[in-house]
Amino acid sequence: MITLEYVYILSGLLIGAFAVLSLLDRANPRRLVNGAFWGLLATSFLFGSKIGDLGNGILVLLLVALGAIGLGRGAGESTTTEERRVSAVTHGNWLFAPALLIPAVALIGSLFFKSVTVHGVPLLDPKQVTLISLGAGAAIALAAAMIWLKPPLLAPLQEGRRLMDTIGWATILPQMLASLGAVFALAGVGGAVGHVATAYLPLGHPAAAVAAYCLGMALFTAIMGNAFAAFPVMTAAIGLPLIVHKFGGDVVIMCAIGMLSGFCGTLATPMAANFNIVPAALLDLKDRNAVIKAQLPTAGLMLIANVILMECLVYRF
Amino acid sequence: MWTLLGIAVVVAGFALRLNPLVVIALAAAVTGVAGGIDPVHVLEAFGKAFNDNRYISAVFLVLPVIGLLERYGLQERARILIGRLRGATAGRLLFIYLFIRQLCAALGLPIGGHAQIVRPLLAPMAEAAAEKEAGTLADDERMRIRALAAATDNVGAFFGEDIFIAVASILLIKGFLETNRIVVQPLQVSVWAIPTALLAFAIHGARLLLLDRRLKSGKP
Repeated sequence: MITLEYVYILSGLLIGAFAVLSLLDRANPRRLVNGAFWGLLATSFLFGSKIGDLGNGILVLLLVALGAIGLGRGAGESTTTEERRVSAVTHGNWLFAPALLIPAVALIGSLFFKSVTVHGVPLLDPKQVTLISLGAGAAIALAAAMIWLKPPLLAPLQEGRRLMDTIGWATILPQMLASLGAVFALAGVGGAVGHVATAYLPLGHPAAAVAAYCLGMALFTAIMGNAFAAFPVMTAAIGLPLIVHKFGGDVVIMCAIGMLSGFCGTLATPMAANFNIVPAALLDLKDRNAVIKAQLPTAGLMLIANVILMECLVYRF
Repeated sequence: MWTLLGIAVVVAGFALRLNPLVVIALAAAVTGVAGGIDPVHVLEAFGKAFNDNRYISAVFLVLPVIGLLERYGLQERARILIGRLRGATAGRLLFIYLFIRQLCAALGLPIGGHAQIVRPLLAPMAEAAAEKEAGTLADDERMRIRALAAATDNVGAFFGEDIFIAVASILLIKGFLETNRIVVQPLQVSVWAIPTALLAFAIHGARLLLLDRRLKSGKP
């Protein structure tokens, strides 16, 4: 069975190659820091399952130290704007084909390969089909582009390293925040927040309970960076005991719209780094919070809309 | 109650614009100490979770092919294509993308993403379309349009995916309710995501169409 471990090995080899290229890159004044950072991250992907929890913890501390020193940027674009423009004209719209192969393969994988079995064993780990298909899509698209364009052999690694350098230390931010969430869970932060919410919010009226639940979901999601962490806490603290049991609201409607209220918080927080901070780095935005700022009006209006929807629906069905 | 100190560290750290990696490590340490957990155990829990969440970073596998295509002018080609489409504006382009992204997410189709679509295709197309409308773009405006492209991908995904019955959030709701002895079917939950999805399309879509008006009037 093909599991995520294969995707991790591929990622580890790729990031390991970035480490070597970074070390050799004389255009980068901090090539040693970059080399060490990508090298450690490659180690995490290749050997993370073997070095134990404490080993992984120490590895993360080293990554944080290197990130604090600061990574540099290596050599930039290998072609000039003019060269790229000429290439865009000569190659035409076919340039889109390899890029579109990635979602196409991901789509075929998740639609058709989900149920393929070999000798009774599923070919792909059923829980991870989407990610495995994404990895396969990237590999197939790269192979197609290499055969068609015939670039120098190291070109894809150099270009990948260039993009990775634009993201820099923010690469590991999403994983760091997920890990912080795990420590929060271990220390019982969720329960403490639920306790504060029920102690200080006005919850005596059905409409007030709905508003407190939706706003609480958004706020707690913004703090944790993840609606999945907020949902069990807020629903156990406010949703089930008050909206459902005390005031007789519909549990399904409450959960569905409650989760979506949490997503409004996700749009508004730097803690949801993979949605908000990494894209800002990837798009070379000067303001790290520019994506959040672009989302704030939509997030605010959608939160209001969710409160109104729940007020109108939850006590009616 | 002292365990909430970790949250205070995060908020203060982000507000002071310290390096987020350091802030998060500090917040984890503070939370652990305040919760009376052995520091080594905190480090172990942190390391384990970091390792378990490697799948988030697997998306970087697409960078070599995207970078390679950029070397051969992918972004420039995206601009040329948009330049030739009559009637293509930044707002309309993003509006159509929002529709496609929401619809695909609702059907459980993995199309979209910041590394795969937004950086190489959507953002340069939106910029090129905006240049057609407003002439040359000020740097701030260019940044704002790129950010709006990323925002549109997020909004479309977030408010589409909950209509799909096998998405993680629906399964989380089902599992949580089961532990509270309430049995629901995923489909029951997902139909109630539809009203919010429609409103999200209306609200964010309206903002996107207003972008065109702003670009035409030349106001910042």
